[in-house]
Amino acid sequence: MKKTLISVAALVAVGAFAANAEEVHVYNWSDYIDEELLTKFKDETGIDVVYDVFDSNEILETKMLAGGSGYDVVVPTGGFLQRQIQAGAFQKLDKSQLSNLGNMWDVISDRVSKYDPGNEYSVNYMWGTTGIGVNINKVKEVLGEDAPVNSLALIFDPANMEKLASCGVHMLDAPTEIIPAALTYLGENPDAQDLETIEKVEPVLTAIAPYVQKFHSSEYINALANGDICVAFGWSGDVLQARDRAAEANNGVEIEYHIPKEGALMWFDQLAIPADAPNPSAALKFINFMMDAQNAAAASNYVYYANGNKASQEFLNEDVIGDNAIYPDAETTAHLYTTTPYDPKVNRGVTRLWTKIKSGT
Amino acid sequence: MNLRRLFLILTPYAWLLLFFLIPFVIVLKIALSDYAISIPPYTPTLDLSAGWEGLKSFLSELDGENFSFLASDALYYTAYLSSLKIALISTVLTLLVGYPIAYGMAQAPEEWRPTLMMLVILPFWTSFLIRVYSWIGILANEGFLNQFLMWTGIISEPLAIMNTQRAVYVGIVYSYLPFMILPIYAALEKLDGSLIEAAEDLGCSKASAFWLVTFPLSIPGVIAGCFLVFIPALGEFVIPSLLGGSDTLMIGKVLYEEFFSNRDWPVASAVAVVLLLILIVPIVLFQRNEQKQREANQ
Repeated sequence: MKKTLISVAALVAVGAFAANAEEVHVYNWSDYIDEELLTKFKDETGIDVVYDVFDSNEILETKMLAGGSGYDVVVPTGGFLQRQIQAGAFQKLDKSQLSNLGNMWDVISDRVSKYDPGNEYSVNYMWGTTGIGVNINKVKEVLGEDAPVNSLALIFDPANMEKLASCGVHMLDAPTEIIPAALTYLGENPDAQDLETIEKVEPVLTAIAPYVQKFHSSEYINALANGDICVAFGWSGDVLQARDRAAEANNGVEIEYHIPKEGALMWFDQLAIPADAPNPSAALKFINFMMDAQNAAAASNYVYYANGNKASQEFLNEDVIGDNAIYPDAETTAHLYTTTPYDPKVNRGVTRLWTKIKSGT
Repeated sequence: MNLRRLFLILTPYAWLLLFFLIPFVIVLKIALSDYAISIPPYTPTLDLSAGWEGLKSFLSELDGENFSFLASDALYYTAYLSSLKIALISTVLTLLVGYPIAYGMAQAPEEWRPTLMMLVILPFWTSFLIRVYSWIGILANEGFLNQFLMWTGIISEPLAIMNTQRAVYVGIVYSYLPFMILPIYAALEKLDGSLIEAAEDLGCSKASAFWLVTFPLSIPGVIAGCFLVFIPALGEFVIPSLLGGSDTLMIGKVLYEEFFSNRDWPVASAVAVVLLLILIVPIVLFQRNEQKQREANQ
């Protein structure tokens, strides 16, 4: 985050001096790009990238629905993308401008078409899974050598959580991530759309909530890396970034990411252009640039997330393409599921349930 | 009435109209609308081109459903109460910390006072957000405070402060302390020193002179400071969300959830309208206190 902040400040400063140059305003997730790509884009096209970050889909969606966000490229996740398309927030991509479209990976595009039929509004930036990050030494210290680190039981069984509370547990503050996982743990359909089924997770989550130090969607990267917490239920690449930061800091913290054996949520972050983007042609150039095989590979090598770019795979580092946590093998992939967005009424019930679980009221 | 006077009188009203009344009417209008998947995410929207008929059909679609919804769910009621509690406790704590500082400043030699004043104001030169963030570094399990206490051997296990209500109190007291110190200091500084001398000449001990003379005369500053802390603390969002745990229920957070997680702008607006109504009571009391002060000074 710190790195991002400094470079954002630098970009803003650069932007101030070159106010006349063409600009593209990109709004992406925090800690989600190799900053050198932005410089490279500027060198190749002469277009300045004004880069801004968010850490939750909800923030992005609010800006999209309010309109007039001023962004040219944004990166919503599948289900959110679908709802925003319905609301008329995005414009169709002019595919004649996207010469690198042939690089994309049909396996991913097909899965995404559930949210964006015909892939008309978006192309994939990164995809990943939601799973378990552990500070392996601390967890073994608390739960013993055979701690179930690759099972949802680690975080949903109160007996385990009670012990883990002493070394700290964080969970994403996103009901759309945690509820499907809890449904999977119960053997229910993770994509259940009726409140009756969804409410079955309440006793499970209420039982473990007291042991969760914080529900937050980005703090766990630093907290894991610093050794402040020992377990995080979060996004694959974020946990892997924590692993690398800990390794760089050489602080004795060893982080591992596990895709739960019961199954995990597979999600897709999609590049899209808001309907009222000030500079859609620069946006298309930026998207095309990110679809270049080497650029997509550079992005994945940096953030440790898989991308939906087939051609980039030959440029990926071995610790990315060869890591089962990032590019899962066929057997693991078979257990990955996707979810669809809730309708407004169910969504209200879900948020209310989430507040109840977190605060007890 | 000449133009100059008219202008002077109208300026504050124009200010209120522009920055309070119009935004409030917009929020109220959204509070009376319904949720929709669209841009903006509520319906109906006012179509000015349809003229009078458009306005009539627009008005007929507004209703108070969202307010009855707030009443039907204990969450909102509990969150308002919990915010009141947190704001009250933090105000008292801020007063306990702030009064001695203000008193010390007022007692300090004249030539030191501007420097002391500067030191109180200095933190404002850094972003509020960064100052709250830095408390995470101090209060975390592996933070400075716990490391220091464990190094001195006072504790053997880290104290759980971060992500609890305690951290929220620390954050609020720290952030709003200057708002408490400055009005109290202003009241104490004006205090006529000869009154204390007179009290002591008449046989008061130092402590009773303080309680019988100094403190009563500083009460207007205390009241002003308390309101300046209480009112923003009630709607506080940043501090509880950065330092508090998931069980810290405050109305600012509920408002955020309604707005961002439910994308339900109408209900979020209704929560905001109710919060404003609750705040009007202390604000009116504050105004009357100021008024009385002014009259007493005349």
